[in-house]
Amino acid sequence: MTTKTLLLAALLAGVALPSAAFAQSYDPNASIRIGSLYEPQNLDNTAGAGQGINEAFNGNVYEALFQLTDAGSVEPKLVESYKASDDGLTYTFTLKDGVTFHSGDPLTSADVKYSIERVTAETSKSSRKKSLSTITGIETPDDKTVVITLSARSISLPYNLSYVWIVNDAASDITATEDGTGPYTLGEWRRGSALALERFDGYWGAAPTNGEVVYTYFTDATALNNALLTNAVDIITSVQSPDSLAQFTGNSAYTVTEGASTTKELLAYNDRVAPFDNVKVRKALARATDKARLLNSIWGDYGTLIGSFVPPTDPWYVDLTSVDAYDVDSAKALLAEAGYPDGFEFTLDTPDYDPHPIVAQFLQSEYAKIGVKVNINIITANEWYTKVYQAHDFQATLQEHVNHRDIVFYGNPDFYWGYNNPDVVKLIADAEAAGSQAEQVEKLTEANKIIAEDAASNWLYLYPQIVVSAANVTGYPINGLNSQFFAYGIQKSE
Amino acid sequence: MVLFVRLRLLPGDPANALLGVGATEQQIAAARAQVGSDQPLYVQFVSFIGNLARLDLGTSFVSRASVLGEIGSRMSVTLPLTFFGFVVALVLAIPLGILAAVRSNKWYGAAISVISQLGIAIPVFWVGILLVTLFSINLRWLPSGGFPLKGWANFGEAITGMILPSLTIGLVMGASLLRYVRAATLDVLGSDFLRTARALGASFPEALIRHGVRNGAVPVISILGIELASTFLGAVVIERVFSLPGLGSMLLLAIQQRDYPNVQGVLFISTLLVLLIGFAADIAQRLIDPRLRSRGRAFA
Repeated sequence: MTTKTLLLAALLAGVALPSAAFAQSYDPNASIRIGSLYEPQNLDNTAGAGQGINEAFNGNVYEALFQLTDAGSVEPKLVESYKASDDGLTYTFTLKDGVTFHSGDPLTSADVKYSIERVTAETSKSSRKKSLSTITGIETPDDKTVVITLSARSISLPYNLSYVWIVNDAASDITATEDGTGPYTLGEWRRGSALALERFDGYWGAAPTNGEVVYTYFTDATALNNALLTNAVDIITSVQSPDSLAQFTGNSAYTVTEGASTTKELLAYNDRVAPFDNVKVRKALARATDKARLLNSIWGDYGTLIGSFVPPTDPWYVDLTSVDAYDVDSAKALLAEAGYPDGFEFTLDTPDYDPHPIVAQFLQSEYAKIGVKVNINIITANEWYTKVYQAHDFQATLQEHVNHRDIVFYGNPDFYWGYNNPDVVKLIADAEAAGSQAEQVEKLTEANKIIAEDAASNWLYLYPQIVVSAANVTGYPINGLNSQFFAYGIQKSE
Repeated sequence: MVLFVRLRLLPGDPANALLGVGATEQQIAAARAQVGSDQPLYVQFVSFIGNLARLDLGTSFVSRASVLGEIGSRMSVTLPLTFFGFVVALVLAIPLGILAAVRSNKWYGAAISVISQLGIAIPVFWVGILLVTLFSINLRWLPSGGFPLKGWANFGEAITGMILPSLTIGLVMGASLLRYVRAATLDVLGSDFLRTARALGASFPEALIRHGVRNGAVPVISILGIELASTFLGAVVIERVFSLPGLGSMLLLAIQQRDYPNVQGVLFISTLLVLLIGFAADIAQRLIDPRLRSRGRAFA
């Protein structure tokens, strides 16, 4: 961890402290009503349930061997201890005692094996499957011990295991039911409307500070805000439009918190095709983009400018905003050097939902200043997936990337944007095989600097992560890393 | 059949919609096999028809839940919503429409016509937003949307949640219905039979109620049938504004996700209901107007 991340973590802890200190007394049986835009499509995170299931279930209903905390660190959850062999290819995990599933079965090593294999299975639709591909074997010498063998060193193994739900191996289909070890069990669930979690009294750890959590789902951001305004929900997990914030800021009945975000808005070029295979062209477009003005016009005073794909919460963050900073004259000069003194024309495949169409129009007017004509082609999310992500049939596109620690995409030349720098590919592979965290951080920081210098994509800004709650509710996560929303520490004062 | 083919001609594969960013070719192939989109179109169609005959609408590609089961749960929102909206519309449109016709030469008769014209011109979601702003956000009388987790078992909450959406539907549907009622009443007012009834000694209200309403109702009922059907289908917009877990929101989500079984299921059931409504309107017309019955027999 760099000093910066430590500082940030301390800052975040500082934000959480006063609210805890001022909470007078709370109702231990309170029902916490959480408003969200991300309804899970089913209850199985390996069956295409969407990000909503992580928000509702990660850490609440299901737990993993490790947990990614809201501050961004990875801590043991269901493991008591673990050790890696000297060559880094064998990990031995000892499970915690006294953990039971909601159905009453005790947690055993067989459940862990079953759960990991569920994610890596052929039929699994987990987007994280690939990161566990180095696992070659899972042994269960006794009920409390799991031995994982790897084909190559994987320093991120504990991190990657933090999103593998530990599921009872006796539970077959969990698309409509659950059997986890978390502090809540599934209560009532009405598709299209809401999902309730009830406190599990047999929980092995500290009991939740509330009795029940109800996630209420909205398809419309205005309806979601109205629900908070009319006291139909207590918390909104992420505010999607700055316009609506005015209703809450400056009103003592609500608390507005800006946490650390990992969602990046970017103009991704197809680096395989002309003119974007030319680094000078990419740098020119980066310099012709007034990102500060763009962010301000979309989010007002919220959000953060980034100089690369890495958000400040990743340990390999360095401030790269000065690389290819806004400078129209040098952008023109670079274009001329690249052989496009009169500019060029390209098609920008733009997803049809906010904020992409507005961003596209902004870029269109920015690039007109350097003679580059942008043709905006509006497409649906589904078309984006087929045309851009799968077929790589595009010149440039806009997309938001939500994940934490996803710089590794730049180490994959087959990824949709087709960035291929052998140095970066090697650095990212070496980082995963690193013997220590310091080495991993060093390699990824290096890779981060190179992609910025190469202007591999045009990283426009980091979305703000804003949580709004009623003032009598405290103790909720504010960073929402990987779409998680731990509900067990939420307190509602009487 | 048309539904079936057109749906599948939409760009995008349900397998893609199922998977997020990061899926591999193998995952996509596996997903295709699971949802059956790797089968030729005619195979998909034959199996669809076969299942339909057994009233099996299949299971959703995305949620893996029974389509019929989910439609049932969604119906418990959409049907009452449509019904209450319809009642509001009738309560508004019939008396006001008759009044507007009978007193068309008075200022309030004209005012009713003008306001109803306004009601037709305003989009339904806008009415919804206005009502929410007034009754939920400013006055805090009613919830701004949502439906209780336990559904109708939580009756009080469910019914208060229905008030604003029903009012929205009722106002908009009532406005256009009012104009038909007014026109039909004006027709009746100028008719020979009403004049005859008056000449035979009936008072004006008596003549209007005994002879006028019955005659005026015939064209109004056919419009009612159409309006009711379109309200049912138009619930998509209202359900979105009020975050109600009804058929409309199910259809919208299913289209976005290329969840063909859900789309087909909702469209099939809605088509069935619209046909039933049309049929009921026909029957009602025949019951009211003996001429339609005898004509039916003459042509039989």
